[in-house]
Amino acid sequence: MSYLAIILTFVFVSNFILTQFLGLCPFIGVSRNVDSAVGMGFAVIFVMSIASLVTWFVYHYILVPLHIEFLQTITFILVIASLVQLVELVIQKISPPLYKALGIYLPLITTNCAVLGIALIAVRSGYNALESFVAGFSAGLGFLLAIFMMSTLREKLDTEWVPKPFRGVPVAFITAGLMALAFMAFDKALLQNLLGPM
Amino acid sequence: MNKEFIKGFFKENPIFVLLLGLCPTLAVSTRVINALGMGAGVIFVLLGSNIFVSLLKNFIPDKVRIPAYIVIIASFVTIVDLVMQAYAPSLSESLGVFVKLIVVNCIILGRAEAFANKNTLGSSVLDALGMGIGFTLGLLLISFIREVLGNGTITVFAFGNFDGVLRIPILYQAPVRIFSLSAGALLVMGFLLGFFKWYGSRKKGEQA
Repeated sequence: MSYLAIILTFVFVSNFILTQFLGLCPFIGVSRNVDSAVGMGFAVIFVMSIASLVTWFVYHYILVPLHIEFLQTITFILVIASLVQLVELVIQKISPPLYKALGIYLPLITTNCAVLGIALIAVRSGYNALESFVAGFSAGLGFLLAIFMMSTLREKLDTEWVPKPFRGVPVAFITAGLMALAFMAFDKALLQNLLGPM
Repeated sequence: MNKEFIKGFFKENPIFVLLLGLCPTLAVSTRVINALGMGAGVIFVLLGSNIFVSLLKNFIPDKVRIPAYIVIIASFVTIVDLVMQAYAPSLSESLGVFVKLIVVNCIILGRAEAFANKNTLGSSVLDALGMGIGFTLGLLLISFIREVLGNGTITVFAFGNFDGVLRIPILYQAPVRIFSLSAGALLVMGFLLGFFKWYGSRKKGEQA
């Protein structure tokens, strides 16, 4: 699979939120206004790209040689949790303004299933190191795209009349459903028409 | 005593009221059997982690409690994953990465943090069972709606001559495909949440 195909797959065709439902909790929780949604989106891109690269090395250079692939889940979640802590510390030292913008979202990312999801999916798909990194980055980009669109829609929705039981989260789900419907236009057939058979 | 057990079914239903564990809920709810498998896995992990956390609550230092909980949870998830691969390979195949993703299911960490590390073994077990069954019931409701409307079938266990698939006459020939797609999952979830909120507020209104 070419790199362009990986990017298009994870940003559009199998967008993590709208088709795979990975990372739905922050998607609903942090999409109330555009600023925090964009902050969360960038934090997720950052962590997902690094996490998918690091877990690739951990899997292929530690777990496979020792024949302990069955410890994949435990190892990955610990690697991701410590990685998030490390990233937090590094950003705090290097760039305080960036830390100010992303800081509060970083701890939440540990339990974001999208991060563990991309690490597991990259191993399952048999990607090489660079492909895993690209997959992580583009899955994060897809997350940013979806959460940004969602937050602009929700800001508009706040000023509209919505039946009382549907206010807040229920209408957010219905909005996401309609967005997913639109994303159905991006399918494997479209990808093949664009890039030729894979 | 019973209150800990019953609360997860409706009043504090993890899916519809607490809004926890949404990712796996929507992703695996295309078939009823997936919901049963996922529910069983979550009940097992929740029970195991609640038992261990409530037993170890005095030994785990407060500062490293979250990583400690995660290791406990991940161990039980690995057990579920391996057992499912060995004894129910087709189920394991259709649940895919979502079995492994039980580890980041917020219900489990949430119950460990909010309940099991403050309560006794007995009530932690009841809490785990109640929450797990509540999660399974919610999952069953969503997957029932999606499978019946989107595919016209109800897939349960196969036994004897029965292949495990109930076909519903008219819907099976002309199903509403959108419900089995991802958009349908989000729409069903939105309407169910709206319904639960409406029902909850109506009940509160009656009491006031």
